Amino acid sequence: MKVLVGVKRVVDYNVRIRVKPDGSGVLTDGVKMSMNPFDEIAVEEAIRLRERGVATELVAVSIGPQAVQEQLRTALAMGMDRAIHVDTADALQPLEAAQVFKALAEQEQADIVLLGKQAIDDDANQTGQMLAALWGRPQATFASAIEVNGGTARVTREVDAGLEVIDVDLPAVLTTDLRLNEPRYVKLPEMMKAKKKPLDSKPLAELIEGGTPRLELGAVRPPAARGAGIKVNSVEELVTELQGRGLI
Amino acid sequence: MAKVLVIAEHDGAKLNSGTAKVLACCGELSADAIDVLVAGNGDGLDAVCAQAAALSGVSRVLKNARAENAAPLAAMLAPQVVDLAGDYDYVLGPSTTFGKDLMPRVAALLGLPAVSDIMSVLGPRQFERPIYAGNAILTVNVPDGVKVVGTVRVASYKAVGEQSPAPVEAVASGAELPAHTRFVELRSGAKDRPDLQSATKVVSGGRGVGSGENFRLIFELADKLGAAAGASRAAVDAGFVPNDMQVGQTGKVVAPELYIAVGISGAIQHLAGIKDAGTIVAVNKDPDAPIFEVADIGLVADLFEAVPALVKALP
Ligand SMILES: Cc1cc2nc3c(=O)[nH]c(=O)nc-3n(C[C@H](O)[C@H](O)[C@H](O)COP(=O)(O)OP(=O)(O)OC[C@H]3O[C@@H](n4cnc5c(N)ncnc54)[C@H](O)[C@@H]3O)c2cc1C
Ligand SMILES: Nc1ncnc2c1ncn2[C@@H]1O[C@H](COP(=O)(O)O)[C@@H](O)[C@H]1O
Repeated sequence: MKVLVGVKRVVDYNVRIRVKPDGSGVLTDGVKMSMNPFDEIAVEEAIRLRERGVATELVAVSIGPQAVQEQLRTALAMGMDRAIHVDTADALQPLEAAQVFKALAEQEQADIVLLGKQAIDDDANQTGQMLAALWGRPQATFASAIEVNGGTARVTREVDAGLEVIDVDLPAVLTTDLRLNEPRYVKLPEMMKAKKKPLDSKPLAELIEGGTPRLELGAVRPPAARGAGIKVNSVEELVTELQGRGLI
Repeated sequence: MAKVLVIAEHDGAKLNSGTAKVLACCGELSADAIDVLVAGNGDGLDAVCAQAAALSGVSRVLKNARAENAAPLAAMLAPQVVDLAGDYDYVLGPSTTFGKDLMPRVAALLGLPAVSDIMSVLGPRQFERPIYAGNAILTVNVPDGVKVVGTVRVASYKAVGEQSPAPVEAVASGAELPAHTRFVELRSGAKDRPDLQSATKVVSGGRGVGSGENFRLIFELADKLGAAAGASRAAVDAGFVPNDMQVGQTGKVVAPELYIAVGISGAIQHLAGIKDAGTIVAVNKDPDAPIFEVADIGLVADLFEAVPALVKALP
């Protein structure tokens, strides 16, 4: 069984984001970049599927400029077998990324495509659902447990009302939520070994045609700042303050 | 003649509070007609339709009853929405797990991009949405001639009021539905407190609370205030409380008048979920905790002393 995993290079989740003064985006120069945390969870889950004897071949995919190969190497070091770099200088929108994954899922005859539920840069939360639609396959988003039995997967999903369990026939698209697993740390020798694993680079145009409708991206601004608050010294003062503001 | 189709979220008996907030966003679109699609099955569906029909601004409620709609599965609903979305200029759902699961699938079936988390309407095709956990706000334009498909960030809008009921019409979609996706079960926690996403007051506990047993303190305070109870990711990960209580970038976004954070440090991912709160109160023993940078009222104290004292002192 073959598993394809999405690996997006994003600004590290610990970085304090700053909007460029001219509103053209956020500052990324000299900023630490990492694998999207949800994708790390996806990589970890793929490896565990193999450890459980379910998966046999694990392929990491990243779409972006040359620099994304750094995150692919990390995925290889974690335990993925090989990597595909889809080379493009442009930041793709989720529908385009979904088209890329569909093309690869078909080429590779993937049984499971594991993506993060959202990329923490655009916070779109769309690519997996869009891929499932284009591919005409099931989606099990926001997964916190995955159990594969033959040709179906039983997935527990974190939904607003609690936990929803669904069965999906494979091939299927699964997207990861935070509590699916805790990704392993990569040790240096594995980083060295990963350098020898196959990493294929192909131009975007080989996979999709273009001409997809896009959202036009306008200015970026910082959010409205919350005014500085006050400190109270005791529970009594807190109660008085809340009463004064009509909150209790 | 702009027409809007709103996809209602419900549990088979009750309309989710998010739908009335999506309608508030629709009110900014200068639409000529706003129809609400209620897809479901079973005895409660008429009540859900009646609740939707009574919401201000609704032109018609479209009732789509079908056995396959008994559970809200995106794979089943999306082809029907696409089938019924024909002459609408906008197809919108709430930015809840239901809407986030469904709307991108609808958009992709239509071959269109989707706008996630609309937080304000700048023009008929121009919207603002948060990116980077709400640390930046992006303006997006949907090109002319392209249907606007997306989700509305429910925390950014106040629910619309009531009106005298709009008509409810039965609709049917002939869309062929797949057999590849099957609902098994929904495990919900106890519902004895207000719903986080519509509550006017929320009390949340973090890792500082220390255990599931200690969360009793948070629940006592919440109950005294008539508040919903929430949690940080760390508290959920540690197993103190269930996942449906998580507030933040990747959990629920809340917009109460009063938010009380207890034993929560204030990581950016948590703050992303509380930016729309009216007043933020923080109780934390560390005076340097980042939560104090956004709190309107801060109390540096040990929660195990402060919370019981607060429960006692509250009127
Ligand atoms: C991709 C991603 C998504 C995430 N999404 C979310 C999300 O949606 N929501 C979320 O909350 N987090 C999210 N996180 C996690 C986030 O980064 C933080 O790790 C988390 O919010 C920390 O939770 P906490 O404040 O409860 O714990 P900590 O950071 O450990 O803080 C505990 C606080 O309790 C205080 N404390 C301890 N004991 C006491 C006491 N006796 N009295 C008073 N105060 C006390 C401490 O001073 C400390 O400030 C996400 C992280 C990632 C990487
Ligand atoms: N450029 C990309 N390269 C690799 N994976 C991606 C890319 N864009 C999106 N994805 C995958 O899609 C998921 C959801 O992204 P999004 O829909 O943008 O929030 C991510 O967690 C990745 O798994």
